[in-house]
Amino acid sequence: MIKVAIKGMLGRKTRAILTGLAIVLGVAMISGTYILTDTIQQAFNNVFQASYRNSSVVIGGKQIVAEANNDPTVPRSFLAKVRAMPDVAAAAGGYLFDQIELVGHDGKGITNGSAPTLGFGVDPSESRFNPITLTAGRWASGPGEVVIDTGTASRDHYRIGDTIGAKGDGPVGYYTIVGLGKIKGVSIGGATLASFDTATAQAILHKPGYDGIVAAAKPGISQAHLADEIRPLLPPHTQVRTSEAQAKSSAAQVAKGGKVITYLLLAFGGIALFVGAFVIFNTISITVSQRTRELATLRTLGASRRQVRRSVLIESALIGVAASVVGLASGLGLAKGLNALFQTVGLDLPQASTVVAPRTIIVSLLAGTIVTVLAGLFPAIRATRVPAISAVREGAVMPKSRRASWRPYIAAATMLLGLALVADGLFASSGVGAVLMLLGLGTLLVFSGVALVSSYLVRPLAAVVGLPARRFAGTAGRLAAANSVRNTGRTAATAAALMIGVALVAFVATLGAGLRNSVSDALNKQVTADYVVTPNSTNSNSPFPTGEAKTLAALPGVRAATGLSSDRAKAFGKSTGIAAIDPAAFGSVYHFAWKQGSEAVLSGLGNGAIVDSSYAGTHHLSVGSPLTIESPIGRIVRLDVKATFHAPQADPLLPNIVISKQVFDGNFPQPKDEYAFVSVDGGANARTTAKLQHALAPFADTTVQTQSAWVAAQAQTVNQTLDLFYVLLALSVIVSVFGMVNTLVLAVFERTRELGMLRAIGMTRRQMRRMIRQESVITALIGAALGLPLGVFLAALATRAMTSLGVGFHLPINELVVFALIAVAAGIGAAVIPARRAARLNVLAALQYE
Amino acid sequence: MSASPMYEEVSEALSSVRPSAVVTADGLSKCYGEGDARVDALRNVSLAVDEGRLTAIMGPSGSGKSTLMHILAGLDQPSEGTVSIAGVEISSMSDAQLTRLRRRHIGFVFQFFNLLPMLTAEENVRLPLEIAGVKPDREWVEELLVTVGIDGRRKHRPSELSGGQQQRVSIARALVTRPTVLFADEPTGNLDSTTSRDVLALLRHSVDELGQTTVMVTHDPQAAALADRILFLADGRIVKEIRESTAAEVLAAMQEVTGR
Repeated sequence: MIKVAIKGMLGRKTRAILTGLAIVLGVAMISGTYILTDTIQQAFNNVFQASYRNSSVVIGGKQIVAEANNDPTVPRSFLAKVRAMPDVAAAAGGYLFDQIELVGHDGKGITNGSAPTLGFGVDPSESRFNPITLTAGRWASGPGEVVIDTGTASRDHYRIGDTIGAKGDGPVGYYTIVGLGKIKGVSIGGATLASFDTATAQAILHKPGYDGIVAAAKPGISQAHLADEIRPLLPPHTQVRTSEAQAKSSAAQVAKGGKVITYLLLAFGGIALFVGAFVIFNTISITVSQRTRELATLRTLGASRRQVRRSVLIESALIGVAASVVGLASGLGLAKGLNALFQTVGLDLPQASTVVAPRTIIVSLLAGTIVTVLAGLFPAIRATRVPAISAVREGAVMPKSRRASWRPYIAAATMLLGLALVADGLFASSGVGAVLMLLGLGTLLVFSGVALVSSYLVRPLAAVVGLPARRFAGTAGRLAAANSVRNTGRTAATAAALMIGVALVAFVATLGAGLRNSVSDALNKQVTADYVVTPNSTNSNSPFPTGEAKTLAALPGVRAATGLSSDRAKAFGKSTGIAAIDPAAFGSVYHFAWKQGSEAVLSGLGNGAIVDSSYAGTHHLSVGSPLTIESPIGRIVRLDVKATFHAPQADPLLPNIVISKQVFDGNFPQPKDEYAFVSVDGGANARTTAKLQHALAPFADTTVQTQSAWVAAQAQTVNQTLDLFYVLLALSVIVSVFGMVNTLVLAVFERTRELGMLRAIGMTRRQMRRMIRQESVITALIGAALGLPLGVFLAALATRAMTSLGVGFHLPINELVVFALIAVAAGIGAAVIPARRAARLNVLAALQYE
Repeated sequence: MSASPMYEEVSEALSSVRPSAVVTADGLSKCYGEGDARVDALRNVSLAVDEGRLTAIMGPSGSGKSTLMHILAGLDQPSEGTVSIAGVEISSMSDAQLTRLRRRHIGFVFQFFNLLPMLTAEENVRLPLEIAGVKPDREWVEELLVTVGIDGRRKHRPSELSGGQQQRVSIARALVTRPTVLFADEPTGNLDSTTSRDVLALLRHSVDELGQTTVMVTHDPQAAALADRILFLADGRIVKEIRESTAAEVLAAMQEVTGR
């Protein structure tokens, strides 16, 4: 029987390949995800290993407040102490992976998307501690010298001896390029590197001490031993780690961030596999029913039901394994594609040589094979019901399933259970993991339920979406409409595969429309300024020095120009956001929704704090309560709560705690502005805009926008995420298109004689193609008609759950129309091959086809 | 119908000048394969199909009768020779030209009926007109439905009709375009004998009452006996031709042909 299965599959190569393709993509997504994220992780590991390869221990600031802009530094004086230790061979203080932006000929920062702009300060006499490997020239030594990465040099045409700008915490300075370098074994993507000597970096970064001191032990002294020796001598707020531990902890921190991307991509791979399962199920079902006579003949020859079932299962297992192997290999290519995709949305990640972990291979092969076999299970069971008599009967059809009459109930139960899980996830559960789990499982059940019930909806839907075909595509269109409802189960399963992708796309679009709206609403309510100054770089982590606001404030006609600095502080034992404002000016650029207190509080803020009302509620704070916080460099600051305000749930510009700039600047390291807000006499107009732009010309790193333009731009950032999701969901849509191709090819094959008859009685090739194409379009539109409302409905549920975040329900009509058109295009695309096959049929051969 | 030899001579002489033959074949040969594997399905066959008559082509299986009909209907290309339908040479026509030819001049009745399962009987009958984009002549369709005896079942789908009824629908479908020639390929091959008789009577009726030129391939002597002219094929050649005959005569002729 195994031989029969294998021979049978080889005899139907095209079908086997088309069926396999449905799984290939999903598996490729999974393997591609693993390969990409492993490769990126390996790249980071390489970076950190390179960074500490010549050192034994690393002495660094000990983090006080999680996620703060800066951690404490190591006092410069400690370096001498370390050097004096008997077991230390060499030690150097320095700066690794800080933010220093290179500035090009045009006075603008050199940035590539949101790739990091990395700055280093390394003792030139101890350049072995530099993570950069020099490829040309020499190390920077002295205040006017810099080493840049080879990538930037070639991209922006710099050579040794040229002058380049660089900027940390202060105005742009100019430096002579004395060397070029790179990080060994890693492609850093769009990141830029700038390496200075220690003192120069310190001046650019305005840091009081070193980021870290690295030391190499004398031969025979272990890393751990040296760390133990140093530990008792450490100044406050510092720590010592072996370089191995330091590299590991840095890599682990990156890995934590990367997990989200991995899970996100895997989820999309899972969706593609789920859609693929529909395609496989449908294809194998059709094949089984087309092989009714063959299977019956096997039964007459003495094959048992088990053998028949096994032969079908073996066929799906073979397809599953083969497709998984191909998918695994395609993952290599897809990893590159995904990386390119991330680059276009500004996520330029470093690369090492490709990593294919054993886990990647195992998971990909198992996922693909299991999904295929499961999808083939039902058709295999159905195959066993073929009675032997079918072997001798013309036009024998598959017997109906005994459980067919239960189907509506099963469908309804599945759908309701799915909806219940989704509702529970949205409204009742907490914890990101649990919510996502419930939503994911619930959505899958809803999709399955709709797919089960969809065969009942095919007729009415086809009547509606088939209208244009019947009306405008002549006889071919009318026949196509009739063909699409010939086997409702088949059309339903084909359309359901497309429905999943369409529903998710519609969901994302509808949710996105709501989010866009909530962002603009929230920002419009908060910002009353006429202009907003933001950092130029798309890198969200690059606040700018406070000079801009001061310059603008001095201009005539400017009523107020004031910055907003933010950082994190520790309060009630936890890291929380804190912001600093100029109390005199901030009221005229920002609207506080006061709960307790009023505008008057601002003028007398002093040592006071304005606290978000819900944060105040959680920690039982009210006006007059004392509030003690610790800054990232360990300063204890005692504040009194002077007022509480309602921050909007969506896009709050102000964090939980707001204090005056004066108090902030004294206690938080390197205060920088995230925004500067400007109010002018007479409101925003073109002349004032030009005036402000002119005034800001010397500051390379900021842009000034009118409030409305800024709000619109912020809302547009939602679109970038949407675009990424659309591309990833396109994968599932492509899988379902394979399904449509498959179903049509099989239908053409099945209707060969009928198509021959149509040609014999006068149908042209063009009419034949049109007939197949219209059937495909109708199927696609049924998928869209199921998917679009379902997606919008799920999004309505989701926005309902997010009303507290200010997310409303907005129907993105334009997008939905575009999706429907894309479905039509998918239908047309899917029909190309089957239509060509049908048109090329030899009339005579087709008529004689059995 | 007994005519004097004189009359036959005259009419033959006349037919060679007057193009009463709507389908003519000249020197048709058809071979498949090459060398040792070469099979000659037709060897130098020439014939003329009389207008308004029922011509039957008979022969044992493998005699080339189906091949001949396929070539006459433009479904297959001869290796040598030419075919004309309504005075137009078709052997070298393109697919598009052949499609137009089929729309205007040819009707088909198939052994397995080949009705579209999702269309009703009436819709199946009108299908060729719709495909050709011709406005159906209501009265004509109506007349056909009555003639073939399915006007009472016009809303039924093929799966709800018996084999004989399906074949009647199929005949109406072939007649609806008033084709120059109707080709019937074993029209009773898939029917029981009673039903066969009805269907054959219907074909005969369409020849007599509508003047429908018809070519029928069959191996059923009962069917051939209804024809005005019967051509016997063996080994790719026309080996015998008889005019109206009884089933017994046809059978005898058939045995003679097969026995040779």
